[in-house]
Amino acid sequence: MLAVVGTIPDKNFPLVAGEVVVQNDELKVQGHSFGINRGTPALIAAVCKTLDFLKNPLPFAYLVGDTGLGDGSRRLYKFLADHIRTAQFTTMAFHYLQPDVDWCNRIMFAIEEIASRPVLIADAGSMYMAKMSGNAPLFDLFTPDAGELAFLADEDAPHPFYTRGFILHEENLAPDLIKRAYTHENASRYILVKGERDYIADKDGIIAVVDSPNEPALEPIGGTGDALTGIVSALIESGMETSKAAVIAARVNILAGNYTMPTPATQISDIIENIPRALDFVLNSAERFDTVKNIE
Amino acid sequence: MPLFSFAKKKVKSIPLTQNQDRGILVFENTSEVIRAENILKTEGLKIRVMGPPPEIRTGCDLVIEFPLIEKLYILRKLDEVRVKPIQVVPVSNTLLKPVDLFHIKDFGNYIMIRAANMKLTIDKETMIIVNISDGGCPDVPYLASEMIGKHLSDAPSPRSIGHTLCGYALQLAYEEMQTRCSR
Repeated sequence: MLAVVGTIPDKNFPLVAGEVVVQNDELKVQGHSFGINRGTPALIAAVCKTLDFLKNPLPFAYLVGDTGLGDGSRRLYKFLADHIRTAQFTTMAFHYLQPDVDWCNRIMFAIEEIASRPVLIADAGSMYMAKMSGNAPLFDLFTPDAGELAFLADEDAPHPFYTRGFILHEENLAPDLIKRAYTHENASRYILVKGERDYIADKDGIIAVVDSPNEPALEPIGGTGDALTGIVSALIESGMETSKAAVIAARVNILAGNYTMPTPATQISDIIENIPRALDFVLNSAERFDTVKNIE
Repeated sequence: MPLFSFAKKKVKSIPLTQNQDRGILVFENTSEVIRAENILKTEGLKIRVMGPPPEIRTGCDLVIEFPLIEKLYILRKLDEVRVKPIQVVPVSNTLLKPVDLFHIKDFGNYIMIRAANMKLTIDKETMIIVNISDGGCPDVPYLASEMIGKHLSDAPSPRSIGHTLCGYALQLAYEEMQTRCSR
């Protein structure tokens, strides 16, 4: 089973740990519902759309309310450290959490004790703390955007806000930044860089690039990266090899956006609705997605 | 009493190669350090009074080490009692400065401003905030839910309701948008 770990932007949302249920178009965990918007709710919604399409069970979720003070995240870290050793997940996606190096180390120690180690995916705050704590190589997939890639590439930066100026956030520098992130061991086994062009890479270099259909209006839309992380997490959970899942997820996400005919004012919930249609097209396409695309 | 304890025990300096997620608040004098320490501890924040690393050559001989991610919240709390640090830097590299470049993208009816790792987009005609993207701290989805759909001049500022470095970056984009829209 896939487990999602993240926060809900509501300080009154309690700590919940349970299977996600879809009821009357609402997502619920242990009877507590949350709106589908950017952040972890968008990731979970994309996971559910993908797993439902693939006829796989819906995910388990560890969630807590946190609006940035970190109190909810710390309660969730403690809960995970106490309970995760006996869990039986095949995939774990870590998402919006208040970055905390000490707690990240404790969670990683607990995960190492799980009998069968799950595939580990990190995005957002969880990815920040994985890098900051030196645990990046223990993860199987990071899904940074261009700015976050620059942060991974800057061995000194403690947060994307402090990425040094000579490491620019320009997308055409992505191949060099990916190389630099691996050189300093600040990247996961595979990396899926979200942007106008999505790059799938590992320590040996670029594996594939997904850049069509070109949809510039997707850039300002909050949550497109969350949806992409959700789709790839679900595809990996279905048994797909990680790099292939990353390529297909990138293609599905951009197509779902394209089907929405987006403007910069489009909201992510509209794009998530189109994920099944995009999955249907991509998974039944004659195009092969396991080949390396030459980007020279 | 914090001052008494400073005098009695030797204060350890902050090691530079550890504490990647910590920042340093530098103050003009020791009494400001003590005031800041009391305020931040009352707020339940995980802080320590330390000796400054060698790179810090300004301020007094005590600094406060704090969770860097909570910079916006901490500065707001200190500002409320008019205690202003003269420097705020990451422990990992005290020479690091925030990303200060703004990237502006014109989408016709919409304009997007990116500051560091945060993007803010408004409808040029109505001045309504239509989207907030990127960022990875937990206040980003919260800030988005509070600001999207509101007029730029009516929306709460990230400085007033945000808590983290991502919130701080969004504040910069918000201020830049206000400046550009007032021209």
